[in-house]
Amino acid sequence: MHENHADTAPTVQQLTFSLVGEEYGVDILSVREIRGWTRVTRIPQTPVYVLGVLNLRGAIVPVLDLRLRFGLERESYGDNTVMIVVAVAERLFGIVVDAVSDVVDIDPATIKPVPDMGAIVDTRYLKGLATHAERMVMLLDVQKLMRPEDVETLDAALPDVRAAEIAA
Amino acid sequence: MATVDLSQFHKTFFEESLEGLDAMEAALLALDSGSADHELVHTIFRAAHSIKGGAATFGFADVAAFTHVAESLLEEVRSGRRAVDAGLTDLLLRSVDCLRAMLARTARGQPVADAASEALRIELTQLVAGEAAPAPAAAQAGATAVDGWDIRFVGLPHLLRSGHEPLRLFRELQQLGRLEVLRAFVGDAVAADFSTLDPGECHLGWELRLHGAVARPDLDAVFEWLDGDCELAIAPLAAVEPVAPSPEPAVAAPAAAREASAAGHADGGSIRVGIDKVDALIDMMGELVITQSMLNDIGANFDLSQLERLREGLAQLERNTRELQDSVMRIRMLPIGTVFNRFPRLVRDLERKLGKQVKLELHGEHTELDKTVLEKIGDPMVHLVRNAIDHGLELPRQRRAAGKPEAGTLRLDAHHEGGNIVVRISDDGAGLNHERIRAKAVERGLVPPDQPLGDDEIAALIFEPGFSTAAQATDLSGRGVGMDVVRRNVRDLGGSVGVKSVAGQGSVFTIALPLTLAIIDGLVTAVGGERYIVPLISIVESLRLPADAVRRTAGGGEVFRFRDEYLPVIRLHRAFGCADAVTEIGRGIVVVVEDGGQRVGLLVDELVGQQQAVIKSLEKHYRQVQGVSGATIVSDGSVALIVDVGGVVRLGRCSGKAA
Repeated sequence: MHENHADTAPTVQQLTFSLVGEEYGVDILSVREIRGWTRVTRIPQTPVYVLGVLNLRGAIVPVLDLRLRFGLERESYGDNTVMIVVAVAERLFGIVVDAVSDVVDIDPATIKPVPDMGAIVDTRYLKGLATHAERMVMLLDVQKLMRPEDVETLDAALPDVRAAEIAA
Repeated sequence: MATVDLSQFHKTFFEESLEGLDAMEAALLALDSGSADHELVHTIFRAAHSIKGGAATFGFADVAAFTHVAESLLEEVRSGRRAVDAGLTDLLLRSVDCLRAMLARTARGQPVADAASEALRIELTQLVAGEAAPAPAAAQAGATAVDGWDIRFVGLPHLLRSGHEPLRLFRELQQLGRLEVLRAFVGDAVAADFSTLDPGECHLGWELRLHGAVARPDLDAVFEWLDGDCELAIAPLAAVEPVAPSPEPAVAAPAAAREASAAGHADGGSIRVGIDKVDALIDMMGELVITQSMLNDIGANFDLSQLERLREGLAQLERNTRELQDSVMRIRMLPIGTVFNRFPRLVRDLERKLGKQVKLELHGEHTELDKTVLEKIGDPMVHLVRNAIDHGLELPRQRRAAGKPEAGTLRLDAHHEGGNIVVRISDDGAGLNHERIRAKAVERGLVPPDQPLGDDEIAALIFEPGFSTAAQATDLSGRGVGMDVVRRNVRDLGGSVGVKSVAGQGSVFTIALPLTLAIIDGLVTAVGGERYIVPLISIVESLRLPADAVRRTAGGGEVFRFRDEYLPVIRLHRAFGCADAVTEIGRGIVVVVEDGGQRVGLLVDELVGQQQAVIKSLEKHYRQVQGVSGATIVSDGSVALIVDVGGVVRLGRCSGKAA
């Protein structure tokens, strides 16, 4: 079914990964590479979810843990931990996830807005929901992941933005 | 002849002209200080002449016209018809300033001539002309009784080969007055056989008539460098001619069109590199290639017997890489003399303005440092020099009363010290008034009234923001935005600034700068599992303190005695939030660092070693982090953070207050 769509409508390719049993997707065009866990260098005065920085071929790139970003816990980092390096506006950063799954085509027309799930997932960082092979894929808004907290606080303080969020 | 797009040379012209102006300024100052070297006059003249010629070639008519009058004046000096006096050098120095401004406007494509430059040009013209008519403006030429010259100019065959361009000459002549081409002809020496004619040779001659009250020396100046390259006959115009509607000048300079294209030149900045530096690079590259092929050879059929050779090869590779790195860095290095050169002028102007006498001594002009550092260090230095003359050096009668020579000495000195360049600005003036600084600092709430402070600590207070002791602000210094800006600028360059002063004997300001912004020498320290690099330039000493050497202060801070003072301890593991670090001061190492005259002790677990660190920005992919100036990659490929000493000191102060 999805393959048929690929011929008729432009699809967006998403790299899907799992986090705490749920499936997420990031736009494949923003993904630079997938790599295994390497030790990072901690940096002071950063939010807990920023694990530190690593040397990516000479560039100093920050790494954040998506579990910690969503306020969850991570037991350990090891050989099975996977990191997706994404680029947003020429800035690179790594996202630590549980496991990388697949690359899927998604018809933009089928993307649904995010309802208030209230549960484990902070909906602020989602662009929408899509369905692939009878499974829900939450599309991640990578741009928002790295934004400083104070910008978010400011956003929240603006009534029209909040209104828009409630409407969404 | 193919038309060449001249605009591609504009940038070079501007650079060369600015260099020429610098040379003019330096020579003028030398003349001003009483040197009677005739060569100086020649230098000034040549610089003006080149600028004029270049400007005319590129069609910057206003610049050319201005330089032309200045040049005429210089010609009179050169031929001994005018004596050099203070008024003249002053006028010429102002002309140099004006030309700089004009060139800047030309480069930006703005209108070049303004009221100031016009006024100055008229002043120059009047001085040159003396009793004669002012500027040889074309409009005026017909009205007054026209004087003029008949010129017969025949190029010798090698004229073009020696780089001369008749068109340029004509343009220069046009700057003098209205130029009329009476006849152009083929020279007598031309070979009869067309097939043997060499297109690179010049066989043309012209009969020209130049209208206007043009002085003969001006005319000679145009042809000055053609000696031996042409046959030249110049005769005064026989009779006063009635104003005839003569044909348009043969060469019309499309100045306006040119200027428009000048506007679009990119401002990327360029460096002129000496051939020797480039040759050194190529040599090193050659060695690197040899080493690489040797290693290839070893790798192709490697067994353990060749281990020793491999080791040798790797050592050689390391040496090559380091040399190459040094040489590449050296390309960006320029002598500090380029900054020093602006001071004679500044000092001269200040002397006049303030009625003081200053003897300026420059030392170590050849000390080289990174171009970026060089560009940014100028302003802080200007500020310090101004301060030294304005506040430091006394008036002649005060100096006499104090038993010092009337002329104060201001000494600028640059030299290398380790991996840094140290610039000292010293004067033999009154020195800092420690009591007044202290009183002011107390008044501003910078220090508590009862805090005991040494002289050096008091002196360091002048770098605090908002601090200024000048009773009344002059337009030179003393607006309270001075020294803290100096310190911030120097700090931004990764350097430090300090002052030592003895009342009645003078002050010494010392600026220490890294040679380059890209690489620092650092001490690698370990805190918890992390590595932190402390810039070597800010380290005073590293020591192991006995556990009982640390006292707690009322505010919860910790201090220890270091030489004659008590320094606060900043626990790096606390400032940076590291787990598993050494928390007992007796078991760690205290690295005493200094930033802007303030010293603190940083507690680290241990010292790992010394390393050159290539600074990488954290901001590029993340953001600025307080207490960290950047990151670097250490030998195992992992990232180590570089400690921003100033930032950590501020961090420590904040957390100390909070505690």
